[in-house]
Amino acid sequence: MSTKLEQHIDPLLIPILEKVSDPEIPVLSIMDMGVVRSAYVKNDIVNITITPTYSGCPAMDVMGDDIINAFEDVGKKAKVALVLSPAWTTDWITPRGRKALEEYGIAAPLEAEADKEALLGGKKVVKCTNCGSSNTKLVSQFGSTACKALFQCEDCLEPFDYFKCLK
Amino acid sequence: MKKENLKQYIYGIADNVLILGQRLSELCGHGPSLETDIACTNIALDLLGQTRSYYQYVAQLFDEDKTEDDIAFLRTERQYKNVLLVEQPNTHFGYVIVRQFFFDVFHLQLLQQLQNSTDETLSAIAKKAIKEVSYHKRFSSDWIKRLGDGTEESHQKVQEAVNDLWRFTDELFHMTEDDIATLESGVGIDVRVLKDKYYQQVKEILQEATLDIPETSWFQKGGKQGIHSEHMGYLLSDLQYMQRTYPDMKW
Repeated sequence: MSTKLEQHIDPLLIPILEKVSDPEIPVLSIMDMGVVRSAYVKNDIVNITITPTYSGCPAMDVMGDDIINAFEDVGKKAKVALVLSPAWTTDWITPRGRKALEEYGIAAPLEAEADKEALLGGKKVVKCTNCGSSNTKLVSQFGSTACKALFQCEDCLEPFDYFKCLK
Repeated sequence: MKKENLKQYIYGIADNVLILGQRLSELCGHGPSLETDIACTNIALDLLGQTRSYYQYVAQLFDEDKTEDDIAFLRTERQYKNVLLVEQPNTHFGYVIVRQFFFDVFHLQLLQQLQNSTDETLSAIAKKAIKEVSYHKRFSSDWIKRLGDGTEESHQKVQEAVNDLWRFTDELFHMTEDDIATLESGVGIDVRVLKDKYYQQVKEILQEATLDIPETSWFQKGGKQGIHSEHMGYLLSDLQYMQRTYPDMKW
């Protein structure tokens, strides 16, 4: 979590930023996702930098527009810039964000090593978001969006998304 | 290093990614199974995202009035500097996987070097892309093994693709004038030094997949100089159609 410290976010802006969510995972605010890298006010303009989860993530443009709109709603003008470095990692998802993912039916990312084994079918470590069983299998390394893989529970048979670990 | 060297150098890297991304996009809705269809288009999405980062950088550096779209859609065939490998058609799924595998092994090595570039933007793009490309390589390596060590038919088909595409691998390690100029200034990397490790890695996985390693010593080149194969024209006519037909159109 050390990289968190590099964020420079004006605490007064947080309540507004928390209202903006990932359009593809509506339960996750951009703050909980860890994509907001800086936020400050200068000369009456709110300057925000965000970092993409994946290079081609189509949600980034929408998030940028949503941020501008959220500030417009409270009478503020905002500018959004994209930064690539340091590269986003799933470690930046907050504990609250992980909980929201699980409740929404998306298994939260594991550690990189566990992830490798799970994705290669070596170990059964990804828990079913429906019944909690660890008796699950990988159906597809790639899922409905760039950040997810598709799993299925062998006990309750429910298919579910897994948020891939990215480090 | 002149500015033009840097521009051409970035094209050399970015055009590979764009053209392979375009080839994979052609599979959208046409993959052999739902999972592989989604996988190929997900990989395409990553590659097109990386392309955008490179082209946005070029646009910002050199042409104030040009955008990433001008670079992607409005150049002529000889202005694209991608290697011949990535423009080869999707003939059958064996070709898709072998082309991907041959490129992924190289791509990951290239990015691992490029992250040490003295150019901060290129280094940042590389660091970001490494995470994505490691995943691509895992996918394509797995499929090489699954097809090679699969049924008689899958083995024969993937072997055919290996034999056919092998001749495009050597070009990955050729240095252009722009590569040399950027290498001297610490921005570019030396792809020649990657070659031994590349073939070692590729051969290990082919052997594990029970596939024969081609013995040909004749290799095809030209893409890096803008001299492309016949397939490139067709690919570009697809890629550029909308911008050529409706200039300046927007989504």
